[in-house]
Amino acid sequence: MSTENPANRNPVVNGALKLYVVLAYLFVFAPILASFVFSFNADRFPSIPLGGFSTEWYRAVASDPLVWEGLRNTLLVGVVVSVISTVLGFGAAYTDYRYNFLGKQIYLALALLPPTIPVVIMGLAMLAFLSRVNLSGDALAVIIAHVVICSPFAMAVIRLRLSQMDPSLEPAAWNLGASEWAAMRHVVIPFCRPAILGALFVTMAVSFDEFAIAWFVSGLNETLPVKVLGFLQGQVSPRINAIGSFVFVTTMTLLILAQLLLGRPDATKKENAS
Amino acid sequence: MGRRISAYGLTFSLPMLIWQLLFFVFPLVFLIALSFWTVRNFRMQPDFDTVNWTTMYGRAIFWQAYGTTLALAAGAAVLTSLLAFPVAYAISFKLSDRARRWAIMLMVIPFFTSYLVRIYSWQVFLSDAGIINVMLGWIGLGPYGLLNTPGATLLGFVTLAFPLVVLLQLFSLIFIDRTLIEAAHNMRCGRLRTVFAVVIPSARVGLVIAALFAFILSFGDFVSPIYLGGGDPTTLSILITDTTKSGQQWPRAAVIALTMIVTLMAVAFLSIRFAYRGRK
Repeated sequence: MSTENPANRNPVVNGALKLYVVLAYLFVFAPILASFVFSFNADRFPSIPLGGFSTEWYRAVASDPLVWEGLRNTLLVGVVVSVISTVLGFGAAYTDYRYNFLGKQIYLALALLPPTIPVVIMGLAMLAFLSRVNLSGDALAVIIAHVVICSPFAMAVIRLRLSQMDPSLEPAAWNLGASEWAAMRHVVIPFCRPAILGALFVTMAVSFDEFAIAWFVSGLNETLPVKVLGFLQGQVSPRINAIGSFVFVTTMTLLILAQLLLGRPDATKKENAS
Repeated sequence: MGRRISAYGLTFSLPMLIWQLLFFVFPLVFLIALSFWTVRNFRMQPDFDTVNWTTMYGRAIFWQAYGTTLALAAGAAVLTSLLAFPVAYAISFKLSDRARRWAIMLMVIPFFTSYLVRIYSWQVFLSDAGIINVMLGWIGLGPYGLLNTPGATLLGFVTLAFPLVVLLQLFSLIFIDRTLIEAAHNMRCGRLRTVFAVVIPSARVGLVIAALFAFILSFGDFVSPIYLGGGDPTTLSILITDTTKSGQQWPRAAVIALTMIVTLMAVAFLSIRFAYRGRK
C-alpha cells in the first residue's frame, strides 16, 4: 500500500509530515510520560527542574487504606463487569451475525449507543433511577451502570471476529447432525475464543478507568478512579501520578499478556484495531 | 437462515435487550418524568409541574453555560479534526505497513490510560510555576497565566478526543480506492489539490463522524472545564454535577441533561445528514 507515485514524492513535504506525526505522538504521550516521571519526584509541587528521586508518593498511596479499598472495589467491579458484558456482547454479536428480524436496527442501536451518551447524563440518569429502586450507593450500582457502557465494546470486538467466520461453517455442523447448541459449543465459541478473551480485557480496562458514572452512583463505595477524582479536588495531588503510573503499568501488562497468550497474530491484530 | 423464533435464538439475543431496556432506556426515560417532579423541604416528590423547566430556562447562567459549552465543543471538534488529519493522512499514505501497525498500536495506548491522570499532568505543565512557564522563563518570557483559561479547557478536550479522531480518520482514509488517487496524479492533479478534491471527499463520512465524536466527547466532559478551565465560565456538564451533588435538585439537573441530549441528537442528525449528502 505504500507504493506511491514517484511524481508525488517530495522529500521536503514528506519529511515535514513525518516530523508532524512525531510531534503529534509527543503531544499524546507527554502527559502520560510526565506523570510517570513525576511519580518518582520528591517535590510536593511538581515542575522542572526535577527534585530528588523519591518513592514517597508510592508509599503514601500504599499506606492509605482508602486507596486499597478503592482498588478492591475497582477489581471486583471490573471482573464482574467484564464477564457480564462479554456474555451480553457475545449474544448480541451472534444475534446480529445470524438473524434478521423486524426491528433489528433498533436492537443494534440499543446494543451500541450507550457509550455515545455523555457520562454526566448517564451518571445522573443512573443515580436517579437506581436510588428510586434502592440500588444506588453500592458496588452493585456501579456494576449495573458499567455493563451498560461496556457491553457495546464487547459486542464490537466479537462481531468483528464473527464476520471472519465462514458463513457455511455452522450449517456444515448442522448437516453433520450437530444440534444448534452443539454447533455453538464446538464451532462458534472455539472460533471466537480470541475475541472473547479480547472482549474480557477491553471491557475490564474500560471499567477500570471509568470515573464519572461511578462517582455519581457509588456513594461511599468509591472505586479507585473516583478516589483519583477526589485527589484532584483536594490538595494531595502528586499521589495521582503514583496511582496513575501503577494502574497504567498494570493495564499494559494485562494487555501484553493477553496478546502473548492469544498468540495467533491475525486474531490479536483485529483486537488492536477495535 | 433462521428466521423463526426459537429458544436458542432468544437465549443469545434477549440478555442484551433486557439489560439495555432496564438500565439504559428506562433511566433515560425516567429523566423525563423526573424533570417534572418538585422538591419540597429537600425531598423530591412525584408531580407534574413545569417549574423546573421555567426556572432553569429563565436563568441567564443557564443560557450562558449553554453557549459556552456549544462553542467550546464545536471549537474542539474543528481543532481536533484539523490537528489530527495530517497525522491520519501521513500514517495511511506515507508509512510502510509495519510502521503503520506500530503507529496504530501506539495510538490505542491512550485509551488505556486514565484521563484524570492526563488532565492532572497538563496542570503540571500549565500552572504558573509549571513546566512551560519555567521553560519560557529560561528565554526571559512569562510567566503567563495558562491554567484556568478556555484555551486550557480546549487542550483537555483535544487530549480526550485526539486519539479517537486520528483512528477514525485513519480507518476512512485507508479504505479509499488508491486507483482514484493515482488517476488524479496521472492527470497532473497537484498534491494539495488531490487531497482536497479526491481524498477528503472520498473520506467525508469518516471525517465527519470523527468530528462528531470529538464534539460529543467534549460536550459532555466536566473534568477539563473544571480542572483546566477553572470552572469559569461554567459549562452545562459542570452545572449538572453541581446541581446533582450539592443537594436534592435532581429535577433541575434532569432539565439540563435533557436539553443536552436533544442538542446532541440534533447535532448528530445534522452532521450525519451532511456526511451522506449527495451519496447513494
